[in-house]
Amino acid sequence: MANEENKVDVIVVGGGPAGISCAVTIARAGKQVVLIERGKFSGSKNAFGGAIYAQPTREIFPDFEKNAPIERKTIEHKYALLGKDDATVISYKKKHEDPVSYSVIRGKFDRWMADEAAKEGVILVEETVVRELIVKDGCVIGVKTELEDYYCDIVVLADGVNSLLAKQIGLRGDLKPEDVALSVKEVIKLPPEIINERFHVNFDEGCIYEIFGGPMTGMLGLGFLYTNKDSVSIGLGITLSELVEKSLRPYELLDEMKQHSELAPLLKDGELLEYSAHLIPEGGFKKVPILFGAGVMVCGDAASFVNNLHWEGTNLAMISGKLAGETAVIALGKGDFSEHALSRYQQELEASFIMKDLRTYKDLMSGIGERASEFLGYYPKKINSFFEMFTSVDSIPKRKKYRDFIKQFFTERSISELFKDGWAVVKLLWSILIK
Amino acid sequence: MSDLEDKLYTVKYTPDSVSHLQPVQECCRICKSKICTVICPAKVYEWDENNRKLIVNFENCLECGACRIACESSSLGWEYPKGNKGVTFKQG
Repeated sequence: MANEENKVDVIVVGGGPAGISCAVTIARAGKQVVLIERGKFSGSKNAFGGAIYAQPTREIFPDFEKNAPIERKTIEHKYALLGKDDATVISYKKKHEDPVSYSVIRGKFDRWMADEAAKEGVILVEETVVRELIVKDGCVIGVKTELEDYYCDIVVLADGVNSLLAKQIGLRGDLKPEDVALSVKEVIKLPPEIINERFHVNFDEGCIYEIFGGPMTGMLGLGFLYTNKDSVSIGLGITLSELVEKSLRPYELLDEMKQHSELAPLLKDGELLEYSAHLIPEGGFKKVPILFGAGVMVCGDAASFVNNLHWEGTNLAMISGKLAGETAVIALGKGDFSEHALSRYQQELEASFIMKDLRTYKDLMSGIGERASEFLGYYPKKINSFFEMFTSVDSIPKRKKYRDFIKQFFTERSISELFKDGWAVVKLLWSILIK
Repeated sequence: MSDLEDKLYTVKYTPDSVSHLQPVQECCRICKSKICTVICPAKVYEWDENNRKLIVNFENCLECGACRIACESSSLGWEYPKGNKGVTFKQG
């Protein structure tokens, strides 16, 4: 074959958590694998909320906690519901012996993972964009980059949320504004001592805020705050269709959120290090593309593997990458790269938490989205007003205050609307717990 | 300087000489919402009413892809910048 010198066993497109996990799994089995990253280095085109999960990362890099560039181990989760000039905050704090998650900076952490993978035999090709897949007789046999064509037995697509390549070969249609959230983030530099003081943590410990309400009241959107070693990452993600319908600029919402009295003191006198933006796949189970074909598999964000309720994405990326890698190794052993041979990948995904969790929450986003102004507007506001009522001291008898509070629901909402709200909750719980 | 300019000033770019974003101006002229000029997190798009033309400040692009998905007529030509070009996030 003319292209014999450009042929390897597997080409993985995209050097993020999914692609790296896949490539290193293949290299460890002694197969030739090329990992193609479009950025100057792995992580240079990535941005995310801020924490990776320890257990799934250990599955790929067992000793990462000793060597990887991690920022802080999470010891506290705070759920902050922002009102106009008040807030209700719930906190869960535990110093785990084995931390559950660590804040990381992708430009450092992804780069470290890619370098580790290269040490284990992965051929890392950076600053290279795959423009097209090469398909012959219905089978993917290689990739076209700007410079050269490369051939292989299997291509794994880990090319991120926009996955133009999965679209090119018809594994999925075009993304719609309701299938993605647009996230903007600012990393704000603060001295470590100030972070420790403001967040009540020690040097290696960190805190995560999950932020509801505020400028996102009534919309499918959430804010986040993560502590890094000497910076704080703050951002928000809003379903793109909400921004489109309401004609909103994402960075203006972030500016508004940062000024809230609950958050502003945490960021005070900080210096903006970097602003970034990224899309998050939000379509869930219903928008998972076709995951495999002859000579091809799709993993990570490209496969819409995000569990938005639990803020999970990188872990689904890593484990799906690993499963695709294992399937590739078995297929290479048999010399069979057909659709049938690669269908093992789907079976493994179905047996794992990935497809099980996506299935559990299959109706979540649509269920909440249909009643966003109620579930993310009216009722959250009521939580803050409940606490305002509960903590007020004004010589009004408590029973009257409780009754007035309950009465509001019936004066502000019709019985039929209340019934619809209740029914939507029952339906959602049913879909999560039973069917 | 606007707040957004301050933000974009912190981003490291290696701009290309040609745009990786190619709007179809005939579609932009009849587009009612011009939604790309609103939702883009880097304000890459500006509508020039005098010349009836969409201006593309592609060198500010953060490569998120929101404009492509939001484009009313799905006509926006959008591809990744060349391998050594575009945005480099250091704090992503």
